[in-house]
Amino acid sequence: MSMESPMSSSSPLTLYGETFSSRLLLGTSRYPSPSVLLAAVERAQPAMLTASLRRQTGAGGEASQSFWNLLREAKVPVLPNTAGCHSLQEAITTAEMAREVFNTDWIKLELIGDDYTLQPDTLNLPEAASRLIKAGFKVLPYCTEDLVLCQRLVDVGCQAVMPWAAPIGTGKGPVNPTAMRTLRERLNVPLIVDAGLGLPSHACQVMEWGYDAVLLNTAVALAQDPVAMAGAFADAVQAGHNAFLAGAMQAQDTAQPSTPVLGTPFWHHA
Amino acid sequence: MSESAPIQVLINQAPHELPANATLADAVQCVGIAPPFAAAVNLQFVPKTQYASHVLQANDQIELIAPITGG
Repeated sequence: MSMESPMSSSSPLTLYGETFSSRLLLGTSRYPSPSVLLAAVERAQPAMLTASLRRQTGAGGEASQSFWNLLREAKVPVLPNTAGCHSLQEAITTAEMAREVFNTDWIKLELIGDDYTLQPDTLNLPEAASRLIKAGFKVLPYCTEDLVLCQRLVDVGCQAVMPWAAPIGTGKGPVNPTAMRTLRERLNVPLIVDAGLGLPSHACQVMEWGYDAVLLNTAVALAQDPVAMAGAFADAVQAGHNAFLAGAMQAQDTAQPSTPVLGTPFWHHA
Repeated sequence: MSESAPIQVLINQAPHELPANATLADAVQCVGIAPPFAAAVNLQFVPKTQYASHVLQANDQIELIAPITGG
């Protein structure tokens, strides 16, 4: 006899009508070596791999070729980013260049507003997203957890948004849980936590809140064993998602015995 | 005025001298970058199919960028 589980209602991650078997997106930077990166990808089986574009000459050109070959070997959809862009035009041009190089309409829109915190330029982000969507891109915007910003991004056509949990590369985990949970409650589009996660428990936490996926890089790449950590994150993301689907109990302020009280031996002995 | 006077351009911020009426294809050949890469001139994307027809002007700023790891 098999029991019907609420998890049977689970559906795959769907972004812009495309489905993915994994809820983990993985960055490709800062690994000890290309072979470790490839092994981490094989362990995590991510939905997408992020990549970027930079000026390349000389030895840098060889590194670029090597990375290009690695991406082809990994056979995982590529999500190019516009990292380092500070203006609308920079972001749009970089996205157009990425579309040609990677042969994909996907773009992780990064529009940096502050170099120290790498905080996105929240005032110009909706306009950048709007223009890219009109140009046929599937835009995944890196943004803050601000509800109104995320709503504006949805209003201009983003079918998913990617709020940070904490600044890029900090590994702090969610620094504003209340706002992140509010965001989850208020928006119905897929939400992908992008940036700031350091531990699998952070990833599990946001997935328990009902987030749809996480995008990681540094937490895996800078682990002592990135391959093992990639697996740990993949497991945590799935565990958190399963827990969300299962529906958590309500926390209580007072103790409730788990073991039945009725029939307790020696009860009320003098 | 000489029609054959060379022009100065910046390719990835490095100064280069190209013949008058040089195209973006000439600039690409000048630096010997291997595919895959993409190009922009003065912050405007130029598709690969237009390299040979895109005539450069003096002081154009050309960006040639290639895949690299990213987060």
